[in-house]
This record gives sequence, structure tokens and C-alpha cells, in this order.
Amino acid sequence: MEKFTTHTGIGVPLRRSNVDTDQIIPAVYLKRVTRTGFEDGLFSAWRGDESFVLNDATYSRGSVLVAGPDFGTGSSREHAVWALMDYGFRVVISSRFADIFRGNAGKAGLLTAQVRQDDVELLWKLLENHPGLDVRVDLEDRTITAGELVVPFEVDDYTRWRLLEGLDDISLTLRHDGEIAEFEQGRPSWKPSVQEAARR
Amino acid sequence: MPRTLAEKVWDEHVVRRADGEPDLLYIDLHLLHEVTSPQAFDGLRLAGRGVRRPDQTVATEDHNVPTTPGPISDPVSRTQVETLRKNCADFGVRLFPMGDAEQGIVHIIGPQLGLTQPGTTIVCGDSHTSTHGAFGALALGIGTSEVEHVLATQTLPLTPFRTMAITVDGDLPEGVTAKDIILAVIAEIGTGGGQGYVLEYRGSAIEQLSMEARMTVCNMSIEAGARAGMIAPDDTTFAYLEGRPHAPAGADWDAAVAAWRELRTDDGATFDREVRIDASTLSPYVTWGTNPGQGLPLSASVPDPESFGDETDKAAAERALTYMGLEAGTPLRRIAVDTVFLGSCTNGRIEDLRAAAAVIEGHRVADGVRMLVVPGSARVRLQAEAEGLDAVFTEAGAEWRLAGCSMCLGMNPDQLTPGERSASTSNRNFEGRQGKGGRTHLVSPLVAAATAVRGTLSSPADL
Repeated sequence: MEKFTTHTGIGVPLRRSNVDTDQIIPAVYLKRVTRTGFEDGLFSAWRGDESFVLNDATYSRGSVLVAGPDFGTGSSREHAVWALMDYGFRVVISSRFADIFRGNAGKAGLLTAQVRQDDVELLWKLLENHPGLDVRVDLEDRTITAGELVVPFEVDDYTRWRLLEGLDDISLTLRHDGEIAEFEQGRPSWKPSVQEAARR
Repeated sequence: MPRTLAEKVWDEHVVRRADGEPDLLYIDLHLLHEVTSPQAFDGLRLAGRGVRRPDQTVATEDHNVPTTPGPISDPVSRTQVETLRKNCADFGVRLFPMGDAEQGIVHIIGPQLGLTQPGTTIVCGDSHTSTHGAFGALALGIGTSEVEHVLATQTLPLTPFRTMAITVDGDLPEGVTAKDIILAVIAEIGTGGGQGYVLEYRGSAIEQLSMEARMTVCNMSIEAGARAGMIAPDDTTFAYLEGRPHAPAGADWDAAVAAWRELRTDDGATFDREVRIDASTLSPYVTWGTNPGQGLPLSASVPDPESFGDETDKAAAERALTYMGLEAGTPLRRIAVDTVFLGSCTNGRIEDLRAAAAVIEGHRVADGVRMLVVPGSARVRLQAEAEGLDAVFTEAGAEWRLAGCSMCLGMNPDQLTPGERSASTSNRNFEGRQGKGGRTHLVSPLVAAATAVRGTLSSPADL
């Protein structure tokens, strides 16, 4: 995973709540077996609407999405994160994120910056009044800067550390391989096993 | 210190705990399907890693499969399924493919095989993994990076969740089901109300539910935003499991049941939040909007967006009514549907089919309405056919299909067309969920059957 310290890019105001993962990328795009190339599926139904924010040439080059509460609800599809990143987004700002989406984003290197809803409203107004305005997101000091506006954001310490260091979770866990093996020694014999059918 | 059910299961699976780090949790069972696994297996290949515990990993084909006989005609879907087959063969993972008697929706087959057991940790790259919590398992939906992590290490780093008790006491009125309980819960706490929580459903109304009904409740925990839903195991749970192919047997069974009986929230344990619902006040619920929290009793009318105090909720309601093609004030019972879908991991089990068949028997599906009945697994289909339920449905004019996710998610040939309206026993009414432009009303199997007969949203009492 690439290290993330700061990112500066055009802010995109998405004035919608409950942006579920079926909106971020519909199931029909999930048939692929690759990990890249999902940008065409991003918000595909909404992009059919001329007035949708990403159809505005200025915002279409954006990389910092500012969305309403409960972003990423629904399905566990990590494709939602990949679609956002493949399109060019590096940060999503919202007042509330769905847990699985937030987890997936942290693994894939997309920053989910949680701010107060009041601050989302301020960012929306600012970005709508100044289309194309750059937003600077600083993970070291957990702040978002847009024009004169500076707002703090929350991200859990562990995810922040992993993003700052660009660390791969699996390698981190495999450092504790011995502890996993030891745990396995202590498991009861009746725990579920797939391969030993009809043990009666 | 007294602990909740969720905390007990969590504590028993901690491999490693260190300050400033998430706990490393051991995973007892990993379920796979074709959609969220290919990139994970590719990741293993790139890193030269194997599957640590193939004996705790099982796969099936469900999301892409057609529910009519014959091969998969869409080449992209077919490639995805073939990729799963290759990955399972390469990495030694057991697979129940299309045509196998054990094939079915991943969350239907785990319990059916006796693999889903109390006190276990279960993960799957699918948000409805919460279903398995009905057995007192801690069951989490995960993303593809986490799928790869579990394949490689049989563990997941996780930060402890908060706990919420959802206590449902009292007796459910006639015609009110587990689906109505969970739709009422979501309408009460909202689609974000469960974020960061494990929900524990308890109370006399929950204790009286069958295992199948408990699975319906836990299945939709994710629709309230929760990481998981759980119900303490009891004699109902043990009776369901005993004798299933992968359930413990002999002395193992006795030891397991003794351990499972300890899986209850201790007296005096505290939850971070508590919600109480009186079962006797519930009635059949249906959704009118585009998220599962936008639901009301069937006797209500489409709400006026102006009636929402919160600006965000008001805007969401306005958008939802536009998308759904509904006008505020319309009685929900007057809404006519084109399609009725009975199936999915929420309501595709044998009891669901029995309940719907009992309503529809002797009636006909209304003119201009199509009804799809899709068993959740091949076993459910065989059982239903042995009981003659297939004939009840086909004689009423419904279509009897093969097992799969079907119309729940618009990924296989079963889809709504733009503007088409459905009453669906599935779990999500998001825009386009059942097909681009499709409009979904979430309902129970009883409401689905009555709606098929009348052509408008209805309960069996309306027949």
C-alpha cells in the first residue's frame, strides 16, 4: 500500500445521505475478477443524470469527496473503494461512515475522514461557491483545509498509523504466526470442520 | 466482571492483545463465494502464500447463478464462477458448485450443513454474514482485503465493538413475522443506528422464534448499520443443529452443548445502548423508500417529506419518493406491484416457503403480476418439492426456480426492468438494487404471498 501523509485535490460536494455501496458501484460491475478498472462503474446510475456533480467538468477531476451521513452503507463489496480510487478519489469526508466500508477503505489506502455534520455543510457551501477549489487533507495533524476553512477530522489511530507507514496488514499479522499456531493447539475438537463430514 | 454474549465470544478468540493495536481474533469458519474472492486469491498468489486452514474454509456459487436450468450464459459471470472453481482446486478449498445438492446461498448452506455453530467466529465477504449470529456466533461481513487476510492467517485484526441490546418482549400478533420485527427495529434505530455495535436480540418474542426466523432477524442487522447481530443459543438452537452433517457428534456433541450453554449475557452485564420493542404492538411492515429504514406498518400511508424534522431525512425522503414514483399520502395498501420475489438469504428458507405457500394455496397470482419463488439452497428446493410446495406455487401461477441469490441483487439474469415495482422478501430496497431503475418494497413472505394474489401491497388478512 502507498503511504498517505497529505493529499491536495479538488473537492466534490455530494449532497446526499445514505450513499449505499449499490450506488457507489452496482452489482453488475462486480462480475470482474480483476482489482482495477472499476472507475466506469462509479455512481453509474447517477452519472446518467446530467445534473450529477461528477458530470460538471470542474468537479469531474476531483479527488476529495464530501458526502452526507452514512456513506458506504449496505454491501461489503470492496469494489466500492476500488471504484472510488480508480476514478481518482483519495479521500472521502463524511459525518458518518458504514463500518465495513470504512474498514475496506483503510485496507486499500482510501482515507475516510470523519467530521462533524456542521463542517460537512460548511465544506459543501464553500465547494459549491468555489467550484474547483482545492482541499488539503493532512493525515499527520488530522486537519482539512479548504480556502480559509480549517476543520479537524477523526480517523482511528491504528488506521492512521498504517496509512502513514503504508503497511500491509497480512505481513503485520504473520509476525505473530507462532501465537496463531499456539492458539490453534488449544481449540476444542468439536469446532466446525469443513472436510470431516458426517462425523456421527 | 459480568460480560455480554458478544464479549464472551470475542474474548475466547483473542490470539493476541497489545496496547494501541486492534485485537487479533481467530476465525473458526470462513465462507467464500465467487464475487468477493477472486482478487483475494490473486493476492495470495502474488505473495506466494497458501490458505492456512482449508479445513475451516468452504465455498459455494450463489450470486451469479441463473435460477433457470442450464449453464451461465453471461460470459463475464461464467468467468467469475470458473475462477472460483480454479481457485478452490488450486488452494484445496472445498466447493459446492452449481448442480451439487449442497449448493445454495452461502448464508443458507452454512447453518444447513451444521457448520454454523454457537460461540464461533464466522466471516464471509458478504455483509449478510450477520445471519449466522442467530446461533450465537460472532459473524462478520468483510471486504476482499480481509478475505485475503483470513485465507492467509485465519485471523483478523479487529477493534472491539460496542454492544446494543434489542429486547423484544411480548407475543407477536397473528400474521406478524421475524421480518416485521427487524424492519421495525431498523425503522426505529435507523440505517446508521447500529454503526460500531454488535446487536444482541433478546426477550420473550425472540426466544419464541424458530432458528429460521432468528436467522431472518440477524440477517438484516447490517441494514441497521451493525457489524453483527447475535441471539443467545438455547434448546431451539441445539435441536436445530443435532444430527446435521458437520455438527459435533457423540462425546463431542455433549462437550459442545455444555460449552454452548454458557453463551448467555451474564446477569448484571451492561450494554452500551438498549432498545426495547413491544412485540404485541407490531404489525406487518413494508418499506416505502430507498433505504431499509424507510419502512412503516402496512396500514400507514406514504409519508410527507415535510413531516421529517431532520433536514437530511427530509431530503432523503423527497429523493426516495421521486425514485419510487410515489406520492405522499397514498395508502401503502393501494400500491400496485409488477413483480413479487420470494427468496434470498433473508427469507429463502423452508419455513418461509411453507408460510407463503399456506397463504397462496387455493388462490391465483393476480393478472399482470409475476411471482418468482427461489429456494435459498438446493436442499431447500428438494425439501419443498418433497412437501409439494412447488406445486402449490406453480398452480397459483408463480415461477418455481433453482437456488441462488436471484433477484436480491441485480447480478444474475433475474432483474427488474426500469420503473418496474416489486414486493420482495430480500433485504435491500436501494436504488437499482434489483436492477437498474427497479423499485423495491421490502416485505415478509406472508405479505409477499398476499400481495401476489391481490396485486397491491397486502397482508393475508386482506384475502
